[in-house]
Amino acid sequence: MNFIQPIRSILLKDLLLEWRNKDILVSMLVFSLTVVVIFNFVFEPGSAEMQATVPGILWVVFIFASQLGLSRSYAREQENGLMHGLLLCPVDRSLIFTAKALGNLLFILLVEVVTLPVMTVLFDLQFHHQWPRLLLVLGLGAWGFATVGTLFSAIAANTRSREVMLPILLFPVSVPIILASIKSTSYLLSGRNVQDIDPWVRLLIAFDVIYFVVCYLLYEYVVEE
Amino acid sequence: MIIAQGLCKKFGSLYALRDVSFEIGQGQWVALLGANGAGKTSLSRILAALSRPSAGRACVAGQWVDEKPELVRERIGVVSHHTLLYEDLSAVENLKFYAAMYRVRQAEERMAELLNQVGLWTRRRDPVRTFSRGMQQRLALVRAMLHEPSVLLLDEPFAGLDVHASRLLTHFMEQALQQNVTVFMTTHDVEYAQAHSQRTLVLVQGRLRLNEASRQIAAGQVLDLLRDTGPVGTTPAASR
Repeated sequence: MNFIQPIRSILLKDLLLEWRNKDILVSMLVFSLTVVVIFNFVFEPGSAEMQATVPGILWVVFIFASQLGLSRSYAREQENGLMHGLLLCPVDRSLIFTAKALGNLLFILLVEVVTLPVMTVLFDLQFHHQWPRLLLVLGLGAWGFATVGTLFSAIAANTRSREVMLPILLFPVSVPIILASIKSTSYLLSGRNVQDIDPWVRLLIAFDVIYFVVCYLLYEYVVEE
Repeated sequence: MIIAQGLCKKFGSLYALRDVSFEIGQGQWVALLGANGAGKTSLSRILAALSRPSAGRACVAGQWVDEKPELVRERIGVVSHHTLLYEDLSAVENLKFYAAMYRVRQAEERMAELLNQVGLWTRRRDPVRTFSRGMQQRLALVRAMLHEPSVLLLDEPFAGLDVHASRLLTHFMEQALQQNVTVFMTTHDVEYAQAHSQRTLVLVQGRLRLNEASRQIAAGQVLDLLRDTGPVGTTPAASR
């Protein structure tokens, strides 16, 4: 119970702030929908070329939209010394990390929930009755990215050019998550069998676990001087 | 109470604090003076368990900071020139959040009591961004006192406050002293520090140059020390 209360409080506070401001979600959604619409004009609907490119487009949209949200979510805590206010609270800093990562995950999932149906219609996507597995891949990819992104946005926040630093730090480290997510999505969309898809899903799970544990342990040192 | 034992803080080759040692009893009002860059904020951050010293150790509210930082944070209240308040949340929403984080019992009653004391009860549902600087700082004091800390760390709390707000803040601190709270305040205001605090500490280039009862300090002694505001040396040996 001791660890649920602070996570819940920080999460609810972040959601309430976003409800009042809507700056994180609006920027993420405007970006993702704009990119989807632009790509829709590039490819012929239903073409083989489009089918081969769609998984990449899907994850590029999610990743760049997520990066926008991560950047803004941490910048908000930097205003008015608010991060110090959080760090002064008598709770384990790893719990602050978990709460912030969960908040970021929710924002990324919401963007996925809005963007995916639009893409499905515009690009005529076929999921071959693999919806549950696709949702699992989207969730795992989002969690991995939210975890690493939360840690690196804390690191980037302490640098002079934080907007530039975040993608430079975040993208190389996220490559295993991005690759596994794209491969799984690609196999799902092309109707490959479960035996082909599952190794990538297992890789995604493994990296999610490793990254969460490492980021959870490192966060305390990152937020300290 | 607060104990500092040989505290040093180094940023690269630059010393912000050098071998700072002092002891402050419970229920005392202590003013820490120093020019810009003298090391006041570095010292406050170490005492607040926000930063680790490069050497030495500190004990705050009966707990060694390096051993149980969470317990230290539970027993201190911090007010700085930053309000640490979410401007898009109302006064009550801010206080509820911090009350939950500090596990304050009977939080509603405590919030009502403190908001009434600082005259913000009628504005409790308004967003903090609509508050004046003085009102925000009063609310920041309520946030810091919410969990009934035994040590209050104030880092230049009067920055940007008008006379009325400063008086109210002083009154609030005097009330805290009556409840045996230790007040440790960094400030640039020499006159205020000597008039209100029981003990005055002066930092010069990261070194503690004065630690005496405020009444016993001769007029001009602190100002003379503060004039020595040259750049901080790169090594301890450089300043000897």
